[in-house]
Amino acid sequence: MQTKRMTFTGSWLPYALLAPQVIITLIFFIWPSFQALRQSVYRQGDAFGIRPDTFVWFDNFRAIFADPLYLNSLKVTAVFAVGTTLLSMSVALLLAVMVNRMIHSRDSYTTFLVWPYAIAPAIAGVLWWFIFNPSIGIMPYMLDMVGYDWNHRRDSNDAMIMVIIASAWRQISYNFLFFLAGLQSIPHSLIEAAAIDGAGRMKRFWTIVFPLLSPITFFLMVINIVYAMFDTFGVIHATTEGGPAQATNILVYKVYRDGFVNLNFGSSAAQSVVLMAIVIVLTVIQFRYIERRVNY
Amino acid sequence: MATIHMDNLCKVYTGGVKAVSNVNLDIADGEMIVLVGPSGCGKSTLLRMVAGLETITDGTLKIGERVVNKLEPAERDIAMVFQNYALYPHMTVFNNLAYGLKNRGFKKAEIDRRVREAATMLEIAQFLDRKPRQLSGGQRQRVAMGRALVREPAAFLFDEPLSNLDAKLRVQMRVEIRQLQRRLRTTSLYVTHDQLEAMTMADRLVVLNGGVIEQVGTPMDLYSRPETTFVAGFIGSPAMNMLPADFMREKVEADGLAHVPSKADLIGIRPEDFSTDQPGEGDLQLSGQLLLLEPAGAESHLHMRFEGFDRNVVVRLGQVPDVAEGQEMTFSIKRSALHPFDLESGQRVA
Repeated sequence: MQTKRMTFTGSWLPYALLAPQVIITLIFFIWPSFQALRQSVYRQGDAFGIRPDTFVWFDNFRAIFADPLYLNSLKVTAVFAVGTTLLSMSVALLLAVMVNRMIHSRDSYTTFLVWPYAIAPAIAGVLWWFIFNPSIGIMPYMLDMVGYDWNHRRDSNDAMIMVIIASAWRQISYNFLFFLAGLQSIPHSLIEAAAIDGAGRMKRFWTIVFPLLSPITFFLMVINIVYAMFDTFGVIHATTEGGPAQATNILVYKVYRDGFVNLNFGSSAAQSVVLMAIVIVLTVIQFRYIERRVNY
Repeated sequence: MATIHMDNLCKVYTGGVKAVSNVNLDIADGEMIVLVGPSGCGKSTLLRMVAGLETITDGTLKIGERVVNKLEPAERDIAMVFQNYALYPHMTVFNNLAYGLKNRGFKKAEIDRRVREAATMLEIAQFLDRKPRQLSGGQRQRVAMGRALVREPAAFLFDEPLSNLDAKLRVQMRVEIRQLQRRLRTTSLYVTHDQLEAMTMADRLVVLNGGVIEQVGTPMDLYSRPETTFVAGFIGSPAMNMLPADFMREKVEADGLAHVPSKADLIGIRPEDFSTDQPGEGDLQLSGQLLLLEPAGAESHLHMRFEGFDRNVVVRLGQVPDVAEGQEMTFSIKRSALHPFDLESGQRVA
């Protein structure tokens, strides 16, 4: 595509225009990242300077991978990320398909369904914390009526289910928008052709619609995994704080607790370096995929 | 193979828009019917009603001996070729053709046989492993045809299948579709807005306007004896000239319009019915000034201005005449070439 190219006569103006973004990135991203990288190969000295920081090579990494608590956190994160992604994507797809079939009031439903996305994760966490609160929440009350004793403060499965629901809830809006746009971009004549070709409603969905949505599905999968792994700190912090008994202590939350609560900076830095590596891998996968764009 | 019988078909959309009104049409077994009309005339709606993609508000639709009003598209035993082809982009050509057969539970060997047979007939056998996006427009069109063929349905429905092709390919595919239909003798309903396509392909033409059938007949019937001013203007290119009868009565000798009923107030004359030959016995004569000459190779279009009539009259001649723009010209017209109409009702009189 031919685009008009704007050229600057001097060189200071473009630099000046770029400067704010570059400075913010340097101060809040690049510099802390280097600090984390550096910190991850040091053993923290004491606060009084009696014993200085010592360079320990990869001891911190060796330590975290030998730590059963860290390995547990990895497992918890995997369960949490997969659970959140599956729940938010399947509910979003279901909603998108239903809204897409509506003729009237489609726009109002879309608007309502997008609202949760405007809510901060921590607020969403508190909201669900109230709903699931064992003493005053509505859900435990209703579950009690069908004979289930809900208590996420005691039961690790209950806690995991709660944080998954609280995290997925907000993400449903985001996924819904993408799925709806995807569904609307499928030409209606394809569905009609399939109907004439003798495919029923379910068959049409699974053999025509779903495969055509696959690029969007893949994109959302990566986005949702990244979200579940990195953006859900607020949800965890506002609801379970990683408990009970480490059951919802996901990697990001553990980095925070080990670093800022337990003041084990070396280990915390090593953990954040591992997280950084995971983000890089996910980003690479996504970019490579997006370059290829569609698979049909 | 089947007949299609439409009895008083109506389509009213929610909101009261009447897209198709009281359509009665009988299509014989093996016949090729072309629905033609300007955009928004209801031709596509009518086709989609036959396909089962639009509900039928009122009336009866029979395919063969069955009333199919309430049947799902898949149960009507029809196949449709869409304007945008509607090929499944994630499937190979083979699977595109096989999809309908698989859904109907055909045996693998039978599917394979039918797909290969259709592919050979349409000369797309070498593309069976490709995806639709790897094909050209014409090849996609063939795949869309193939998908209809393999099913061996009772009727083919075509919804402007050629309008996405360039002019040259369109003419070629037009001939191929016609030949294929002649060979297979499958009842076909074909929608187009292109009157040339309609004329050349149809066994019978149905001209629709505003959801109502204007006229049904063979292409030559409609050309030589249009029943309404709409059909007269729609069939034939350049369009028929419509001259006020009063003006004509003034221009020609008293007995020249003797055969035209007095209630006719519009006289239609086709551009090709003007002639520069010497007038024969009883022919009419008209003279006017040449405003613009459009040579088009084998023929030429002359835009004439006759005194007393404030619009251009188009004349078509089989050669490029040796005249300059601005010059006076005289034409002779056979009496039988006049098409008298009633202005108010738009109906032909006599």
